[in-house]
This record gives sequence, structure tokens and C-alpha cells, in this order.
Amino acid sequence: MCLAIPVQVKEVLPDNMAKVTLDGVSKVISTALVDDVKPGDYVVLHVGYALAKIDPEETERTLALIREAALGDAA
Amino acid sequence: MKYIDEYRDGRLAKDIALQITAAANPAHSYHFMEFCGGHTHAISRYGLEDLLPSNVRMIHGPGCPVCVLPIGRIDAAIALAMRPEITLCTYGDLMRVPGSNGSSLLKAKAAGGDIRMVYSTLDALRIAEAEPDREVVFFAIGFETTTPPTALALRFAIDKGLRNFSIFCNHVLTPAAIQNILESPDVRKLGTVKIDGFIGPAHVSTVIGTEPYEFFAEEFQKPVVVAGFEPLDVIQAILMLVRQVNDGRHEVENQYIRAVTAFGNEKAQAEVANFFELRESFEWRGLGEVPYGALRLRPQYAIYDAEKRFGMVTPAAKDNPACECGAILRGVKKPADCKLFGTVCTPDTPMGSCMVSSEGACAAHWTYGRFREHAKAREAGRAVA
Ligand code: SF4
Repeated sequence: MCLAIPVQVKEVLPDNMAKVTLDGVSKVISTALVDDVKPGDYVVLHVGYALAKIDPEETERTLALIREAALGDAA
Repeated sequence: MKYIDEYRDGRLAKDIALQITAAANPAHSYHFMEFCGGHTHAISRYGLEDLLPSNVRMIHGPGCPVCVLPIGRIDAAIALAMRPEITLCTYGDLMRVPGSNGSSLLKAKAAGGDIRMVYSTLDALRIAEAEPDREVVFFAIGFETTTPPTALALRFAIDKGLRNFSIFCNHVLTPAAIQNILESPDVRKLGTVKIDGFIGPAHVSTVIGTEPYEFFAEEFQKPVVVAGFEPLDVIQAILMLVRQVNDGRHEVENQYIRAVTAFGNEKAQAEVANFFELRESFEWRGLGEVPYGALRLRPQYAIYDAEKRFGMVTPAAKDNPACECGAILRGVKKPADCKLFGTVCTPDTPMGSCMVSSEGACAAHWTYGRFREHAKAREAGRAVA
């Protein structure tokens, strides 16, 4: 029920809507809950609405932390 | 898929699990509750429990809004849907939730109720616009993730001057439930499980942020790590929790920093605050009455409130007495402890709500857990032989 998925914004449409792709399938969603959505952005999509933007820098940082954690004491 | 596959690397997960084993003090046991059904699902699906040392145990919490919806609310929705003027729109997850006497929305639909499955509140609005002669009611359910979309639907309905659209509001709040698990009177009745920390909700937290858990971590002296729903997210969060326990800390940490901030989505919160207010009390299936655990429409939007508009009543309804959902939602029992599990109660014929949604503890165990347990038992047998 609370599952949401990261999708990429392909096109920004009028009225706070956007076209996104999901495994190659395109879908129109509402971006009324997030500001400044641009093509290329990734957003968390839930029941037809973008809930948050995904921060690409924080994504890299999380992955780096996970890799470090896997190595043990270096973390 | 980008931002998903990277977080499903099994080798990395195993390496982190080894670090958990190294960090966990063998003289201690660690019990962590994952609140969200999304985490329960990930833990079962990827077999994360098998990677953990035996002194680190995961307890599956109540975090699936479908699972905690009381039977009386389903009965009320069915009664409404059977009225000739009503079109009831609902998320697919709700269709098979058992009501009283084996009823469900699916059966009510077969019996002639105009019940339509929608993916989004936007679909429900479209139906209301296209069919002005019907009274379109959206069966709104969900935690803080699904509430902003309901609020926006109301905004759109008002902007468009739609007069035939209303909401049957069943939105519930996460922090209230976590609190209830630790201190309600039922805790005394059902007994408690030891909980040393919580994995905090992923997507709920994109909306509310990590800040609401601060009070909680402080008050109950329990660490909370907000984590994403992918297996590496969960396993990293477990390592973070073990470290907090070892250090005697009880802080709120954010593993899901790529989508969650301290204060969340303030735009979404403002929309919700505009349309909704707290209910003093609301029944949660399995948890009983939870004070301030749910939302209702503000009085000025009463005409969009299906409960008022159609004089809906929520009948008192009892769960199947053999169903152990209540104890399971609190982590006191496991799905396999229920007599009905896998015999009378399966995902095709759910008796309790934990078996309905794939995020429910019973359904997750049915789909992924039981084979693993058989395999483990076989291994053990072989080792003994
Ligand atoms: S197996 Fe079915 S009846 Fe038993 S607790 Fe789970 S949902 Fe309830």
C-alpha cells in the first residue's frame, strides 16, 4: 500500500502534471506536491502522485556508505 | 531499474550481514521492529532474516494500512456501495479485505454494487466528472503517504466545482501507532515483545520527515532508523540499529537520505492540514482504539465527507476469534502460530487482514517465508542425520 517507486520524469506537462517512464511504459502523473520538477529528475511515485524528488548526490553517498559498511571496520 | 537495482546486490547484503554478526554482542539479543509493511515484504522476499545472526531478530509491526482497517469500516463501505446512487472507488488492495460473514468489496461488486478499482484519486475524480449523475465516493485509506493525494483530490474537486464527489476517510497516522505498540492497555493483555529499536517508514517519512520520531526516540529511549524499502537499505539500517544499541544511543538516524529530509514534504503537509484534522480516537484492527491515530475531514468540508453526507454508520464488528492478527501486528506472535494459517486462511481465502495485502505479515510469510522454513528444517534434519 505504501510502496512507491522511483521513476524518471520525461516531460513536464501543464497543470503540474508530468510524463514519466516506468520500465519503458509511459504514464502521466501529478507533480503538484513537489516543486521545480524538471525533465531528467527522478521522483518517488505513489498512487499517481510524485511524493518527493530523489537526490542523486545522496544516492551516491548512500551507496558509498553501504559499500564501506560491507568492508567492515574501515566504515 | 535505476535507483532500485543498485540496492539489491546480494553479495553486498551478505557482506553487511557479516558485519552485523561481527558487531552484535553474542551475550545479547537484539529485537527490532520494522513498522512498515514494505519492509516486512522486503525482509521476506529477499530472505534477509536468513542472513542475520540468530541473536538479531526482526519483529513485523502493524505498518500496513489495509491490515489495520477494522472490519466495521469495510462493512460500512459495502453497505454504502450497495445503494443505487453510489459509485464507490477504491484502491485494489481493499477489494479482498474480509468484512463480516465472509463479505468483501469484491463480492459486493459481484452482487451488483457499483464498485470500481482505481489506481489514483485522479481516476476517481475523472469518473465523477464524466458521470455527473452518480454520487462518486472515494474510499480513502492509507498512512501519511496516501493522505496528500486525497487532500489534492479534494482541492481539485473544489476547484472544478464537482458536487458529486466525496471521501470516506480512513487515513491513519504512523507515530500514534508506534506509540500505541509500546504503551497501550492491550500491551498488558497480549504481553509485550522486547523491542530494542525501530526501522522507521520509508515513504511515510518522505512526507512527514524524520523529525516526528525525535520525540519518540527520546521518550521511549528507542533508536529509530528511517530506511528505504530495498534489501540493502534494510540491512544497512539493521547494522545502524545494532551499533546504536551497542553504544547505548537512542537517536533518529536517516538511512533513506536520498528521498527523506528532516522536515519532509512541507507542501504535502500543508495540503493535508488544510483539509484534515485529528480524530480523538479511531479503531485499528488488531490494535484497538488508538488515540489521535487517524484523520477526518475538517467540519468546513463536511459536504465532501461521505460519512456525514450519507449518514454512514460503522457497525461494531468482531474479527474471527481464531485470527491472531492482533498479536501478530504487535509482534507477539508469528503467522505460523495461527491455527488458521495456510489451512483455512490463505491469500485466496483470507480470514484476517494480515493475509490480504502482500505487505501483511501473514501474506509475506505465506508467499516467501514458509518454503524457506521447510528448507531450513530439511537442512537441520540432514545435519543431525
Ligand atoms: S493466518 Fe489468517 S487468520 Fe491467522 S492471523 Fe494471519 S490473517 Fe489472521
